[in-house]
Amino acid sequence: MITLGFVYVLAGLTFALFAVLGVADHSNSKRFGNGVFWGLLALSMLVGDYLGDFGNGLLVLALVAIAGTGQIGRAPGGDVPAEIQATRAARHGPFLLLVALIIPAVALAGTFLFKWLPGLADPKQATLISLALGVLIALAVGMARLRPPPLLPLQQGRRLLDAVGWAAILPQMLASLGAVFALAGVGEVVGDLVGAAIPHGSLFGAVLAYGLGMAFFTMVMGNAFAAFPVMLAAVGMPLLIMQYEGDPAVVAAIGMLAGFCGTLMTPMAANFNLVPAALLELKNPYGVIKAQIGTALPLLAVNIVFIWLFAF
Amino acid sequence: MLVLIGILIIIAGFLLRFNPLLVIMASALATGLAAGLDIAAIVAAFGKAFNDTRYVSIIWIVLPVIGLLEAYGLQQHARSLIGRIRSGAVGGLLIGYLLIRQIFAALGLTSVAGHPQTVRPLVAPMAEAAAEAQNPALTIAQREEVKAYSAATDNVGLFFGEDIFLAIGSILLMKGVLDGYGYQIEPLHFSLWAIPTAIAAFVIHSFRLWRLDKRMRAPAERGA
Repeated sequence: MITLGFVYVLAGLTFALFAVLGVADHSNSKRFGNGVFWGLLALSMLVGDYLGDFGNGLLVLALVAIAGTGQIGRAPGGDVPAEIQATRAARHGPFLLLVALIIPAVALAGTFLFKWLPGLADPKQATLISLALGVLIALAVGMARLRPPPLLPLQQGRRLLDAVGWAAILPQMLASLGAVFALAGVGEVVGDLVGAAIPHGSLFGAVLAYGLGMAFFTMVMGNAFAAFPVMLAAVGMPLLIMQYEGDPAVVAAIGMLAGFCGTLMTPMAANFNLVPAALLELKNPYGVIKAQIGTALPLLAVNIVFIWLFAF
Repeated sequence: MLVLIGILIIIAGFLLRFNPLLVIMASALATGLAAGLDIAAIVAAFGKAFNDTRYVSIIWIVLPVIGLLEAYGLQQHARSLIGRIRSGAVGGLLIGYLLIRQIFAALGLTSVAGHPQTVRPLVAPMAEAAAEAQNPALTIAQREEVKAYSAATDNVGLFFGEDIFLAIGSILLMKGVLDGYGYQIEPLHFSLWAIPTAIAAFVIHSFRLWRLDKRMRAPAERGA
């Protein structure tokens, strides 16, 4: 039976190869930092279960130290020249899109197949296992037809990961922080405070506080991912899910999207809102935000109503 | 009450632009200390949570495939698809782009389009040209507005499409955080619940693009 362990081995090997190729890249002045960072992540994927809790904690501290002191970075260049890409696109275009579609198609089909045919793969992890299989199938199909140099997918994949940098583990770090919040009982404390502020027994008041809070904290922090564990611990978990027995999938999914409405309205999310204004040479650096507010506000209201309608 | 210090640290840390990984670690340490745990116990608790949520970071195994496809021109192909949107009107053009961007993002293809990839070289110039054809006397402020809406349309399409994909970072983050509270939820459920909002985003933003189109008509055409 295929388990999540298979996916972790695949991810571990991928990160290990990224680490080796990264160290070998002499054009990158931070190649050793990159190598150690992705190498530690490979170690976590491959043998994390044998490191012990404290060992894993030390591993995280090392990752944070490397990223926090600016020891990782990307080498300039390495792109396939645009003319070559254009010639290849004219030849392979529809095929490329087809290969790209293999991944979501296999992920979705596998999710249902593994539930329907139990015993093949761990049904609880069907989606992640199917995603990994989809990646392997897409890679095999792409390699068979395009016949690139054998290392090209890994080298290009590594360049993409180097461009993401330490942000690659941001969601995992935030999920872990959420667990520490849960352990420390942050939710109970904030829940009491918020509960006192909301008229007693008002379900809609709690939903409103959750949706607005998600958007507000996202605007302050510039990042819905960071706002999510905070607002879930504060209002989502203690009030909406535990007290009012809301569907956790709805509360989380639409709550996150309420946060995305906040992303549309804040200069703190510079990559989405300020960088494009500069790229397009707009005179008003807040021009993009201005164009988005009229969509973000009604959509936030819709999200709040959706949580209220669908979660309870 | 003291355990709330972690929340303050994370808000202040992001606001002041410290490295987010450092901020998260500081927040975890402060929260644990306030709850009466010793440092070793907090490091172990964070390590356990990090190990339990490794699946959040497995999305990066798709990068070799994306790297291969992009080296062979996937972005160029996406651009040529967008360039084929046949609408002379600025509103129709941007609504077409919104739809394509949402569908691509929902299929996990978030990086084939974007501000540097498609908005600047393609969508914004096409939208500006369409607006100019509608109203030769386009003012500078109107040009700015059309360009700003082009970038805004890309963001709306991305944000409210990507969460339909089964294994995007935000979905796995939600799964990870809820796991921490003892709720095991399949990624598919989060994906499905992103669909109503995706439709609402398309309807609301399309309506606003339609109104933009009206504003970009020459006064004579508006009957004014």
